[in-house]
Amino acid sequence: MERQLIKGNEAIVKGAILAGCRGYFGYPITPASEIAQAAALYMPLVGGTFLQAESEIAAINMVYGASGTGQRVMTASSSPGISLKQEGISYIAGAELPCVIVDVMRGGPGLGNIAPEQGDYHQIVKGGGHGNYKNIVLAPNSAQEMCDLTMLAFELSDKYRNPAVVLADGFIGQMMEPVVFPDPIDELPEKKWAIKGVPEDKDNLISSIELDPDDLERHNRKLQQKYEIIRKNEIRFQEYETEDAEFILVAFGIVSRLVQSAVDTLREDGVKVGMLRPITLMPFPTPVLEKLAADERVKFFSVFELNNGQMVDDVRLAVNGSKPVKFYGRMGGNVPTIQEIVDQVKKQMREI
Amino acid sequence: MSAKILSKSRGFYDVYERRPGSDQETTHYCPGCGHGILHKMIAEALIDYGVSDNSIIISPVGCSVFAYYYFAAGNFQAAHGRAPAVATGVKRALPESIVISYQGDGDLAAIGGNEILHAANRGESISVFFVNNAIYGMTGGQMAPTTLIGQKTTTTPYGRTVANEGYPIRMTELISQLEAPVYVERTMMADTKSINTTRKAVRKAIKNQVEKKGFSFVEVLSTCPTGWKMTAPQSEEWVKTTMTKQFPLGVYKDISGDAEPLDLTKNQLPAERIPKAISLPLGDKEKLVYQIPKTVNEEIKISGFGGQGVLSLGVWLSEFGMREDLNVSWIPSYGPEMRGGTAHCHVKLSNRPIGSPLVAQPTVLVATNRPSLEKFEQEVVEGGKIFWDNSLIDISPSRSDIVSFPVPATEIANQLGNTKAANVVMLGVITAVSDFLDENIVRRTLPEIFKKKHLLDLNMQAFNKGLEFAASLKQMT
Repeated sequence: MERQLIKGNEAIVKGAILAGCRGYFGYPITPASEIAQAAALYMPLVGGTFLQAESEIAAINMVYGASGTGQRVMTASSSPGISLKQEGISYIAGAELPCVIVDVMRGGPGLGNIAPEQGDYHQIVKGGGHGNYKNIVLAPNSAQEMCDLTMLAFELSDKYRNPAVVLADGFIGQMMEPVVFPDPIDELPEKKWAIKGVPEDKDNLISSIELDPDDLERHNRKLQQKYEIIRKNEIRFQEYETEDAEFILVAFGIVSRLVQSAVDTLREDGVKVGMLRPITLMPFPTPVLEKLAADERVKFFSVFELNNGQMVDDVRLAVNGSKPVKFYGRMGGNVPTIQEIVDQVKKQMREI
Repeated sequence: MSAKILSKSRGFYDVYERRPGSDQETTHYCPGCGHGILHKMIAEALIDYGVSDNSIIISPVGCSVFAYYYFAAGNFQAAHGRAPAVATGVKRALPESIVISYQGDGDLAAIGGNEILHAANRGESISVFFVNNAIYGMTGGQMAPTTLIGQKTTTTPYGRTVANEGYPIRMTELISQLEAPVYVERTMMADTKSINTTRKAVRKAIKNQVEKKGFSFVEVLSTCPTGWKMTAPQSEEWVKTTMTKQFPLGVYKDISGDAEPLDLTKNQLPAERIPKAISLPLGDKEKLVYQIPKTVNEEIKISGFGGQGVLSLGVWLSEFGMREDLNVSWIPSYGPEMRGGTAHCHVKLSNRPIGSPLVAQPTVLVATNRPSLEKFEQEVVEGGKIFWDNSLIDISPSRSDIVSFPVPATEIANQLGNTKAANVVMLGVITAVSDFLDENIVRRTLPEIFKKKHLLDLNMQAFNKGLEFAASLKQMT
């Protein structure tokens, strides 16, 4: 297949359409606006809907409605907009509706700035809205993965009837890289639970309300079981130079690209270092970390993020005190240089 | 007729199985409440217009949160105030279905004020039934945006005041001022006559949707004996004599007679036609032979004022690199790097997979204004190349361990009649003196970048001038 030089944000929309998505409801926000713009350009050409909603809240509720009809639908935003969507995401998770939500993270808290950050890890991976729910979360680190993981997000979302979030950042959204696009998906999974406005589904109900405490607890237990199955079946990760590594660097999204370069530099200096990159943040690759932590060769883990230390919590839980877990983060839209990462690792090596 | 009035509508489920408890024959509404009557009129109309089987009801939050217990239709339960947004999503996905947003006053006029106004303003082809009983019933009699001045509620224990809460909001009047809605009426349910008027309004709002006329809105002043602490007859009297003073009845807008049916159909494109529709490369390009060295590892920074085409030049270099089967990445100046008014981008071209897309130590710097040269000169690797526009920059690079290419790109472009071609002049020079760019590839690709003939001619000339200038540079050295 021929490659196309394309922005990550646009690759998302093309991937979504190839995955059969025919509904986009969104609200513009930097640095995610190219997603809405590309959806506005292409959705009408394939018989889909693009609608610029009056608010992030309306957009996610339009997604709720359209998803309930069985259509593959999506929305996208950036951090402050995602905060507004959280109410709707909780309802979608509660009603067990599939949908894809893209978060092109920017600097926070508050209005923050439009520069790349990874400060939404907690609000996306841990829940964000109210109640006992989880999103499926995929973290791309290239334009190619913006396409691929969006398509995968639709697949997993339908399979588990659960919202799936593509958690990207301003850099991956704005970056152009060559992308190979796959063939369009021809057949979508059947959705017997959906309401398509035909007599056969008149008994179907899209709702997140359960008045009786026992019913609601049963519903919650069912959700937790579903998350367990997802944890068992859907973990995805990338290992880079970990076979003989004594130091494991952990990073997701754009930071994994920087850390990969830092690993190359450190290897040139003879440092036995490798990288683990979680591709799925929920489910988190806990078993992989457990295995690495159990290996005598591994001396410590070091987590690099563009935030105040959020994913590091999950790394610590997985490592469970058996090895030191270090953290280095930048915030506000600042990105560490390769040399900065290299220096940090060397400093951490001296500390142990 | 009497059978119709006395019996349960076929638009309802026979048994209300979703209703918890032993009573699955009656509704959960209090005696004297208007919701049950309005439900019945909607159910009846859906049956009478033959659309019950493809109707979808959106239940709100409030007393009618359980509307899905009763309507034998597709049922959605929505978040507080969001029913019009949910209805929008449903209707856009299923344009042939009949979509009803059923909402109370807190839901529609307070927390969902934005959603209803914009659904109305878009002219969504839905029917909205707005039950205004001037109070929050479900949560225990708190103030609604439609609570009357002086009315006591659990959150206005001394009575609503203009000073503290403002005036009761008139949604029908607001919505009737918008262009898109085709039918906006306010009715009440206080006696047989007014219930009959309401019934007609309900039927019209549904008929409009069946006929694809657009957005219909019916506000119904309704009773809440429990919340108002009145008997049912007192409640009816209060609606009639007190509520209607604040909320006058009547048809506020009706252009449904003249409205042309909307074309809501969407034609799904067959899968095989999708790649072309979304502008994917279709694999029909001729295969080119590349003349590039075995090892490429270029880190390029291009910087100048916004409008000088520095971002485009970077995209082109990436495009050429991609066509040379290299790994490439392009990233624009973004975030804090934008400070200072210069635009710049990072480009990487490599045989190896690209880790960080950011360029910290460029092998090539292209500077088209003085601040860029000053800012980035020191970053360039030893032996790296600096291309700089000496028609705009009045200083020279100070370093002696780099290769300097002063290029009067703007001057040459001006001679060609268009300053904007300066970046292509620069491209010509870069192509001539760098071994990572294949002149053939650039020539074959330029027509895809400049699709209009006059632009292509201009830029081909600019490219050639760049090549010529590079040759003259070579002769000089």
